Amino acid sequence: MIPTAHYLILASVLFAIGAGGVLLRRNGIATLLGIELMLNAANLAFVAFSRQNGNLEGQVVVFFVMAVAAAEVAVGLALLVAIFRRLQSIDVDRLSAMRW
Amino acid sequence: MEQVVFYLAGTVAVASALLAVSHRNPVVNVLSLIVTFFCVAVNFALLGADFLAGAQVLIYAGAILVLFLFVVMLLGAPTVPPEENPRPIQRVLGGFLAALVAAGGWFFFRSLRAGVTPPPEAGDTAHALGRLLVGPHLFAFELVSVVLLTALIGALVLVKRKH
Repeated sequence: MIPTAHYLILASVLFAIGAGGVLLRRNGIATLLGIELMLNAANLAFVAFSRQNGNLEGQVVVFFVMAVAAAEVAVGLALLVAIFRRLQSIDVDRLSAMRW
Repeated sequence: MEQVVFYLAGTVAVASALLAVSHRNPVVNVLSLIVTFFCVAVNFALLGADFLAGAQVLIYAGAILVLFLFVVMLLGAPTVPPEENPRPIQRVLGGFLAALVAAGGWFFFRSLRAGVTPPPEAGDTAHALGRLLVGPHLFAFELVSVVLLTALIGALVLVKRKH
């Protein structure tokens, strides 16, 4: 039996890698992948706490997170395609029309 | 045995996640994230969440990342050229913030280890999970379908070409 803390540490490391991807990359696809990785790390923490408490509610939340992540990916990738058509690039730093 | 599987899956997950966010080629990014998600599915299985382990493989590795791959191919695997005037301070600051998240989680959860005795895991979770979804969480369950429909229409509107 692996302690819950091990899963939580793995989840926080994966979350940090995803956050680093979002903060450091300029490629729009890599940014979206970082968001997916963060969502997955949160899911892992939810399942770990669900086992810790002997309660399935955490797994229900993970189910909803998966559904919302699917919706988010569809809209995000559609935005990327629209941006690529307009700018011929997916560099998120070039989206500066509304930048102060 | 369980320990070996956990540490193997954890190491592979972290290594492929690092590759997924650091490699220049978006195809490599997406494919190595698939490996990460498989390892997360292994962790779900170790935690006794059999339904979610299957859903993770089917939905994340099977559907969402294939959608990613589809868009990467559609756009011709676009890469962002290296910046002419890189901003080292912002890069270091971003890396530091991300490392802070990992360090914070590490130290917080290490202190949690004392006195933790996880209960024995349940056998078949799919049945109980289904009962919870159409029982107490029926409203949220129906709302998710509205969210998915809205996302579908939104994605269609966003990529539709104007005539």
